[in-house]
Amino acid sequence: MSSSPSSTTETTPYLQVRKAGKDFGAFRALEEVSFEIKQGEFICFLGPSGCGKTTLLRCIAGLESLSSGQVIQAGVDITALPTSERDFGIVFQSYALFPNLTIAQNVAFGLLSSGQPRSQIDARVAELLELVGLVGEDRKFPGQLSGGQQQRVALARALAPSPGLLLLDEPLSALDAKVRLRLRREIKRLQRQVGVTTIMVTHDQEEALTMADRVLVMRSGRVEQMGTPDDIYDRPASPFVADFIGTTNLLRATVIAPGLARSGSIEVRLDDAIWPAGSRILCAIRPEHIHVTGASSTGASGPPGLPGTIAEVERLGGAYRLHLRTAVDPAEIAVDLREGDPALAFVAGGRQVFLHLPVQKMRVFGAAA
Amino acid sequence: MKSVSNVTGRPDALRRSTDDWLVLTLLAGFGVFFLFTVVLPVWTILWRSLHDSKGAFVGLANYHGYFGNPALLQSLGNSLVVATTTTVIVVGLAFVYAYALTRSCMPGRPFFKAMAMVPLLTPGLLKAIALVYFFGNRGIFKSFLMGHPLYGPVGIVMASTLWTLPHAIMILSASLLLSDSRLYEAARSLKAGPVRTFLSVTLPNVRYGLMATGIFVFVRVLTDFGIPKVIGGNYNVLATDIYKEVVGQQNFEMGAVVSIVLLIPALLAFILDRYVSSRQSSSFGARSVAASPRPSVWFDRGMWLYCTLITVVMLAVIAMGQFAAVVKFWPYNLEFTLDHYRFDMEGVGWENFRNSLVLSFWVATLGTMATFLSAYLVEKPRTHGAIRQVIQALALLPMAIPGLVLGLGFLLVVNKPGSFFDGLYGTIALLVIATLTHYYTVTHLTSLTALKQLDKEFESVAFSLKVPLTKFFFKVTVPMCAPALVEIWGYLFLNSMTSVSTVIFLYGVHSRLASLAVVHMDEAGRLASAAAMAMLIVYACVVVRLLQLIISKFLLRRLQAWRLPSNP
Repeated sequence: MSSSPSSTTETTPYLQVRKAGKDFGAFRALEEVSFEIKQGEFICFLGPSGCGKTTLLRCIAGLESLSSGQVIQAGVDITALPTSERDFGIVFQSYALFPNLTIAQNVAFGLLSSGQPRSQIDARVAELLELVGLVGEDRKFPGQLSGGQQQRVALARALAPSPGLLLLDEPLSALDAKVRLRLRREIKRLQRQVGVTTIMVTHDQEEALTMADRVLVMRSGRVEQMGTPDDIYDRPASPFVADFIGTTNLLRATVIAPGLARSGSIEVRLDDAIWPAGSRILCAIRPEHIHVTGASSTGASGPPGLPGTIAEVERLGGAYRLHLRTAVDPAEIAVDLREGDPALAFVAGGRQVFLHLPVQKMRVFGAAA
Repeated sequence: MKSVSNVTGRPDALRRSTDDWLVLTLLAGFGVFFLFTVVLPVWTILWRSLHDSKGAFVGLANYHGYFGNPALLQSLGNSLVVATTTTVIVVGLAFVYAYALTRSCMPGRPFFKAMAMVPLLTPGLLKAIALVYFFGNRGIFKSFLMGHPLYGPVGIVMASTLWTLPHAIMILSASLLLSDSRLYEAARSLKAGPVRTFLSVTLPNVRYGLMATGIFVFVRVLTDFGIPKVIGGNYNVLATDIYKEVVGQQNFEMGAVVSIVLLIPALLAFILDRYVSSRQSSSFGARSVAASPRPSVWFDRGMWLYCTLITVVMLAVIAMGQFAAVVKFWPYNLEFTLDHYRFDMEGVGWENFRNSLVLSFWVATLGTMATFLSAYLVEKPRTHGAIRQVIQALALLPMAIPGLVLGLGFLLVVNKPGSFFDGLYGTIALLVIATLTHYYTVTHLTSLTALKQLDKEFESVAFSLKVPLTKFFFKVTVPMCAPALVEIWGYLFLNSMTSVSTVIFLYGVHSRLASLAVVHMDEAGRLASAAAMAMLIVYACVVVRLLQLIISKFLLRRLQAWRLPSNP
């Protein structure tokens, strides 16, 4: 779950990207990308490989130039500034720690040209190593640390000059699954403690949803949606987002009357009546929102359930995922049942079951041609 | 996605930082350097080949003259015959030796590997001189040649073989080491016998290595001057023709024509070599597992015998050089003497040796700095894409130009009366620049290889931390590449000590080098003194090589702390 950023600076965004475009020859890596980031926010750029998220990050860092558009940081247009004149710290996937320098020397590297006295630099290095939990490791070399520790050194090095913006380029993807889970929370804690505005690039949706205040979902160089994790999970703006984030059943349907559509041979009720009859639509519903019962009706008032037979059952940790054959289009529908759900009794019996799709949880999109 | 953003490199649309200007200035500086040391000399040769001695344009008349002259054409044929024969022999001998080093379990492999490297410390001329002692008119094994005279193709091929064999073994060992054991396991599991495995796995795997070796040997022998000069007798080759035209007849125009004739096959071989090496890199992936040989009694014994034989021959040649330098009068008076080291001949003496040391020191020192810097500028800051590619292409060019041709080009540039570079003729400085240019490509490529092992985001981090590029360069890049720098320094020093062809047209009274003194003493019939001078070069090379090993060990120990396996 996300926390709201501090509301004091909400009026002026810290970072603005306006209509950013980037071409590599004939390949369009970024197209009309616009968004704003508030002071102190943690933003994730999320998308499949090749969607342009890393390019966008590199353009903000000045490691690539924009072909068109603008980047404004803290009220200053930085679009044409070289990297060395921008205000940010960066952590790469490889960490790019200097192998021949000790941990302390690595962290101090960005402080040496600041003209501070030695004692002040040492104090700052000690402070940062404490912050990332590496006290006592300062004389070791990067090669003598574990991947997770190297990652923290890279963070400390990037934060040492107190940059206004922290950029993280897939910082967790080189780590083991367990370490990754621990570091997620640690980076988040650190970011809150320091209060630095942060952008993290990731292709891992779980990482984005758990860490970010807001997520920018990208696809083929364009912004698909920007919103809080709740927004993009519960209210996806497009079938792509609904499908890319988590698991979604996307039913192809045609509106037959206001508030009513047909998918396959089944009629589905819609939440609102805005779609004119004849529209082709996609109805998105998440596996965990579907109820399963053994009888066709849940009670007196509910609509009749959608009959289904069980094709396959997968165990997902504390839940089960059922793959059911139904008469909708496409015919296979996924449903998640928590452990202890009474409906599991029907599954074990191998009987026909009935699915109930709650109208208010269903998102409806116009189907692209 | 990442590859896309990294290849295109970057941001010429951004305002230039101080570092960008510095990089641009240095790149431009290298451009000017190559313009004077590579482009201008070659251009001058081409220009002279199209003009007569008075400077009037004559079109291809000089070339007509060349191709109408049977004696000169004969040399072209001779060069090709000698180079081809040597290539076939060396590739065969070297392949078996390298195969024994990498794929057999014969005892003493480290020893044989080290022995194969020893001849690298000796000049090619020494092999030619030693052969004269073995097979010449007064040679102890003269009868082995069954009446064939040593002076001529036989001698050139023998000496060239001894000279290029160590290099060939080095290239082929590296190529054979890059073998994927998974392929051999697959072959075994498919019940392929040893012969079929060799033909279908081993040979295809090293075919690029074999081609690269062949090209290397062919070009080396084709363009070599020292060996045919000493042992060629009346058997003329292209390189000795250039020398005769220029030094003997002062016919610079014909010298230029022969140079172009020599340059063309060298250029073609260079292009082929670049193509081959670009193909080779992809054949051994990151997931490959190095193959380890399995013992086999008779095969290992056979290999041991073969390597012992080759090693004995290579060492015997050096030993004969040393022996010749310290006996009174071969073969009649074998008493020990140091007289030959007094070099009592006009214009020759210990100062030649000193000149060589001075030259080699400066070539090694300046060359290490220059090539490492140019490689860094080409590989790392990723700015100024176009000019970077130009510099990279220019840095590769010297490899395509035979030393003798480069030397003649320098001579023609410098030797023009009233030329801007007039004062340079005969100075050590000129010899340093020419030698440095000649060996530029190899060291530039070595530097590139070392630099490619550094994380490509280092500079990005340095920029983001607002650390000036120069500071980063000296704090991280240079220390990390220190072992490679030592290696390059040693390579340049050894090669400068033994080089003849690049400098033969350029030396003056006060800058005659030891290697040239060897040629001149041999020319004057003072073979023992020539051997003594050649041995001086060997001593210097051995000392430098030992120093280099000690320094490398020291560096490694000091840097060991961070040379532990680190995360990807």
